Amino acid sequence: MTETKIKVSNLHKAFGKKVVLNGVDLEIKKGESLVVIGGSGTGKSVLIKCIQGLLTPDSGSILVDDREVVGAERSEQDALHAKMGMLFQGGALFDSLSVWENVAFGLIENQHMNKKQAKVEAIRVLRQVGLAPDVADLSPSELSGGMQKRVGLARAIATRPEIIFFDEPTTGLDPIMSDVINELIIESVKGLGATALTITHDMASARKIADKIAMLYKGKIVWYGTVKELDKTNNEYVKQFINGSSQGPIKVEV
Amino acid sequence: MLVKRVENFFRALGKPLVKFISRLGVLTSFIAQAIYNCIVPPFYPRLLGRQMIDIGFYSLPVVALTTIFAGMVIALQTYSGFSSYGAESAVASVVLISVTRELAPVFCGLMVAGRIGAAMAAEIGTMRVTEQIDALVTLSTNPFKYLVTPRVLAAILVLPLLVLIGDVIGIFGGFVIAVYKLDFNAANYINATINGLESLDIVTGVVKAAVFGFIIAIMGCYNGYKSKGGAQGVGEATTNAVVSASILILIFNYIITELFFSK
Repeated sequence: MTETKIKVSNLHKAFGKKVVLNGVDLEIKKGESLVVIGGSGTGKSVLIKCIQGLLTPDSGSILVDDREVVGAERSEQDALHAKMGMLFQGGALFDSLSVWENVAFGLIENQHMNKKQAKVEAIRVLRQVGLAPDVADLSPSELSGGMQKRVGLARAIATRPEIIFFDEPTTGLDPIMSDVINELIIESVKGLGATALTITHDMASARKIADKIAMLYKGKIVWYGTVKELDKTNNEYVKQFINGSSQGPIKVEV
Repeated sequence: MLVKRVENFFRALGKPLVKFISRLGVLTSFIAQAIYNCIVPPFYPRLLGRQMIDIGFYSLPVVALTTIFAGMVIALQTYSGFSSYGAESAVASVVLISVTRELAPVFCGLMVAGRIGAAMAAEIGTMRVTEQIDALVTLSTNPFKYLVTPRVLAAILVLPLLVLIGDVIGIFGGFVIAVYKLDFNAANYINATINGLESLDIVTGVVKAAVFGFIIAIMGCYNGYKSKGGAQGVGEATTNAVVSASILILIFNYIITELFFSK
């Protein structure tokens, strides 16, 4: 039996009167890739921000490697972040830095690698995500959306994290580029032996990169299982979501 | 009837008051965090250097232009105001005192608030709404230390230097008008300026500058850091940064003057 990497229990988070997470329970095993699916505004982003410590939940517990994240000291959180990498939805590349400085950021600032070495390493990681070395000296704003995603991915994996988060990795990309990014995600996660948590509403992407899938609706996990089980399930929520139908138990608030 | 009115009055007062106080609390904790991070390592000397160049060096033209015209206009006004009392000789010392005590620090402060306060709010605000600040956290870098501390320190260190340069240029502006337009004797004017020079005037100007630098950087960073909601939010943050910094500069200018010169 493999050990548990992340364990979320009874997580609650509300913004004012708006309840976003209403008792989420979730478990991710070491080396496993979990994809959380769900419509827009169901709290997917809030969930990963809580696990990363970017948001403080109202109640509940989050264990990473059996250590409590909620209410942890700053130094403990820093240690936690050193284990994590994140690919942001919009890339969130630092536009004041060049592409290679973005990729090497964690190496230089935290692992205190010298600049020359870090640049060599950055170029190696860039090549790993399919970018030529001459991209390294460009500014992020000179890149296309797909290339920015690749740089974001390179930055996320450059520090060789144990846990990688992917926030809507394929949103805004064409289907072919989406598939390329999916492949890269699988490759890099498997290559590092990392644990991955992805949130998305792109079912093609979810099927491709997931070991397990969880569906979030109204702040709760309404379904959990493997990709194979996904197609056999009788769960009305899942069926409606994967068929993309407006009819069913999920009501879209307009 | 009266009770009801009083109750309504307090009810109307309550919400904005609570909002105001809670904002004040957030700002205070932001300032405390900024000061704490200025003292406790790790530091980023490279970023501090870049900010000092951005805030100091690149503000030089603006500061030079505003202070030279300020000095010139003071010379002209003093002459036209005082000549009827036969006190032309007062021009040199009036220029000296008004430039070093008030005009150089206040104009420097206001110009840098417009130039740098706005840029800080816009840059940090954009980083906030595009999740770059979150990205810093996930790369185990304290965004406060990386973004806010270098800006605050740089502004505190650099504004006094700018004001000293502004002093010289402003006095020179007065000299130019006095000598070339009002036909003063250059040597006499310079002598009067040197004789009138008092260290307290320079010191108050420098103290003001450091305080203004702190205000500008804090308002710029705070408004940027707390901005939300895309382009509109960043625009709002920029406006708030400049307006609040400008108002605070004028208020603190009075307070510091009062501390130094009231008897």
